[in-house]
Amino acid sequence: MSNNEYVVQMKGIEKVYSNGVAANQGVDFFVKRGEIHALMGENGAGKSTLMKMLFGMEQPTSGEIIVNGEKVTLTSPTVAISKGIGMVHQHFMLVPSLTVAENMVLGMEPKKGMFIDYKKAVEITEEYAKRFNLHVDANAKVIDIPVGMKQKVEILKALVRGAKILILDEPTAVLTTQETTELFKELIHLKEQGFTIIFISHKLKEIKQITDRLTIMRNGKSMGVYETKDISEQEISRLMVGRDVILTVEKEKAEPSDVVLKVRDLEYTDSWNRKMLDKMSFSVRKGEILGVAGVEGNGQRELVDMLFNLNVPDAGTITVNGQNVIGTPQRKIREMGVSLIPEDRMTYGIASSGSIEENVISDRFDKKKFNKGPLFDMNAIHAESEQLIADYKVLCKNYKQQVGMLSGGNIQKVVVAREFSCNPKLIIADQPTRGIDVGATEFIRKKLVELSREGVAVLLVSADLNEVMELSDSLVVFYNGKIAAYFEDTSVLNDEMMGEYMLGLKKQSDEEIRRVCHE
Amino acid sequence: MLEQIGSMIFQTDFVFSIFRITAPILFAALAAVVAEKAGVTNIGLEGIMLFCALFGTLFAYWTQNWFIGVCSAVVVGVFFALLIGFFALQLNTDIILAGIAVNTMSSGGTIFLLYMFTGERGNTAALTSSKLLIPTVEIPILNKIPILGDILSGHAVLTYVAFIMVFLVWILLYKTAIGLKIRAVGENEHAAESVGVNVRFIKYIALAISGVFCGLGGAFMSMYYSQSFNTGIIAGRGFIALAAQAMGQGEPVGAMFSSLLFGFAQALRTKVSGIQGVSSNLISAMPYLVTIIGMVIYAASTMRKVKRRNADKEKNQ
Ligand SMILES: Nc1ncnc2c1ncn2[C@@H]1O[C@H](COP(=O)(O)OP(=O)(O)OP(=O)(O)O)[C@@H](O)[C@H]1O
Ligand SMILES: [Mg+2]
Repeated sequence: MSNNEYVVQMKGIEKVYSNGVAANQGVDFFVKRGEIHALMGENGAGKSTLMKMLFGMEQPTSGEIIVNGEKVTLTSPTVAISKGIGMVHQHFMLVPSLTVAENMVLGMEPKKGMFIDYKKAVEITEEYAKRFNLHVDANAKVIDIPVGMKQKVEILKALVRGAKILILDEPTAVLTTQETTELFKELIHLKEQGFTIIFISHKLKEIKQITDRLTIMRNGKSMGVYETKDISEQEISRLMVGRDVILTVEKEKAEPSDVVLKVRDLEYTDSWNRKMLDKMSFSVRKGEILGVAGVEGNGQRELVDMLFNLNVPDAGTITVNGQNVIGTPQRKIREMGVSLIPEDRMTYGIASSGSIEENVISDRFDKKKFNKGPLFDMNAIHAESEQLIADYKVLCKNYKQQVGMLSGGNIQKVVVAREFSCNPKLIIADQPTRGIDVGATEFIRKKLVELSREGVAVLLVSADLNEVMELSDSLVVFYNGKIAAYFEDTSVLNDEMMGEYMLGLKKQSDEEIRRVCHE
Repeated sequence: MLEQIGSMIFQTDFVFSIFRITAPILFAALAAVVAEKAGVTNIGLEGIMLFCALFGTLFAYWTQNWFIGVCSAVVVGVFFALLIGFFALQLNTDIILAGIAVNTMSSGGTIFLLYMFTGERGNTAALTSSKLLIPTVEIPILNKIPILGDILSGHAVLTYVAFIMVFLVWILLYKTAIGLKIRAVGENEHAAESVGVNVRFIKYIALAISGVFCGLGGAFMSMYYSQSFNTGIIAGRGFIALAAQAMGQGEPVGAMFSSLLFGFAQALRTKVSGIQGVSSNLISAMPYLVTIIGMVIYAASTMRKVKRRNADKEKNQ
């Protein structure tokens, strides 16, 4: 019997990876035609795994998949695409040095005789961009475009291949509030045109806002399907985590003392001649969390790079407890007590082919504690890894597991575990909770506050406005490479006020801003 | 002495020899470029060329036709390149090891095969005659022009082919669908896979193309450059080509210029070794010295940006 109401029926899906991880254990997943269906669950619950099977990138160990009433065996993405399924992956699947148009037509190139018809490729791109209201620059190289546009290219890539069922795996994790709002408009637009959308996100507000129904997963099993309007955010997180989650952080008032990080007159012009940092000056003190708010691309990324010597400023000084950072090797910077949770965890956070253990000791393997003469003390190293895995609740088989095979959120936990446990004096946390489930987010936030109250200076950069406002003791807003505002006390702030400074409509006086230097 | 060298460099036969010497390196460099673009490192160029050099002469001898000899060398090149592919892509061995295996196998393997097929030991000098060599061509009109004619006309057919191939490889990589796929696979194979590109197939294609170039390069060596086969014939050209690929930043035109640089160094070596009072050991090290200098220049140019920044910084302090 073909059931016309459902476009996708996944029945009794089991998936055991070759390393023995049972990522899906008898999951039932049904999606109705023309709905936006959320797939939710903790990090490592098996969401991406389930979706990869629907897109033919992984094969189920057992179970059946029915698409449009027809039983299918999805052996490769090509087959899935031919069934009208498209997927936007958790980590971008674009070729950076190719143009947007080339990425769009890759694998289905329009031809003129023997050659690619590049003009046609641009035309196709523009036509689809217009039809679906997803504006992209067809001739730009992907490496040069902002994340928001990359996300649109990914969606267009699926649409141009004739997808009617769109899987979006955490599409909003890398987007700013504005970009998310825009994306949602586009998704609703698509839904109105009869597309079916499967949407994975850890952000409960978004789920409530945009989806019709939701399926919750936990530990590789389905916890049931719900009408979004009938279920509260609290209930969702309880079903996901198995307990109540409190995302508001209780924190005592900060008692900041000496300046730890001192940044003065930092300037940087990038290779496209854009002034990304413009006479930037601020200080972070012992025992406080200084938040950096602002629309992405206003100098945050450049600042963080400079603070860890991943890039060199054109002018200005950076010191940590009086010691120069600019041009100092990262190892020395770490010895000064600086730790970094990078925005791009796959590139700067981990070595994905290494084991969890290798990754967590990568900053401390030379310590006496882990060495016996010229050799490693493997017992000490195993013990340390096991301790960290337990403390930070990393979902894995054991410390030998390859980090690249962990779920997105658990990779982040490995990074956080290493960076928080190295006795830091200054933590630079760039999007620390990106792509992390509510339970783990709660944990990381608590830990950050705890560390700061113990006397660590924290610089928190986050695109999540709620997060910066909630977590920071004081806060600066970045606009156009400058500090547009400094708020000594974050408890008086609201979204609207912040929005005005973030969009450059308002700016504090120089004296007011100068206070962040604490001189 | 410098004067002597100077006067040599400005002779037409010297410039002519640069092109002749460059051609085989260029073939191998193009082989490296195409493979590397698809993300497969074909370190077996050296060995594959040696096999091709052998079979080129053998088939030319058996059929008494140089053209069939060259074509057979190409087929053999494709065969060995795909063999490396089979080990690396199908059986999941490390591609570097597979390449090394082919290189190691080639020196003993060719001697064995040569003996097995012909009873000759070590070289084919007894089998080849001038009519089995790759012919040279005089280009009409051009060969009447002084200087230019002496330099550009009268090369072997394959020398011209080598330089034409630079352009064709560029077209292949940047203007055709298969080229787009090759570049995509080399840069982000997951991305390519996710839009339904058959990654393994594309890698095989790239390897096969690199095999074709090894075939041409190998045939050039045994059927023109050295006029017969012996096991030392490739003499590191496969490895120099890998350097040329890297120095040319993985682009066909870049690889051509670096190949020309190596060609120049080799040509100079041949010339200078005739001069009295110059240490021959020093001279034979020259091409490799040039490799190192080239690499240093390349590295220095990428470092410049960082240095400039640092200099600015010091100024401001
Ligand atoms: N290629 C792989 N090989 C082995 N195990 C894997 C692989 N990919 C994922 N896993 C394991 O399967 C489990 C489920 O991972 P999955 O990526 O589906 O989680 P997820 O629900 O998408 O989590 P997140 O929200 O963190 O992205 C995890 O325990 C993970 O370690
Ligand atoms: Mg996931």
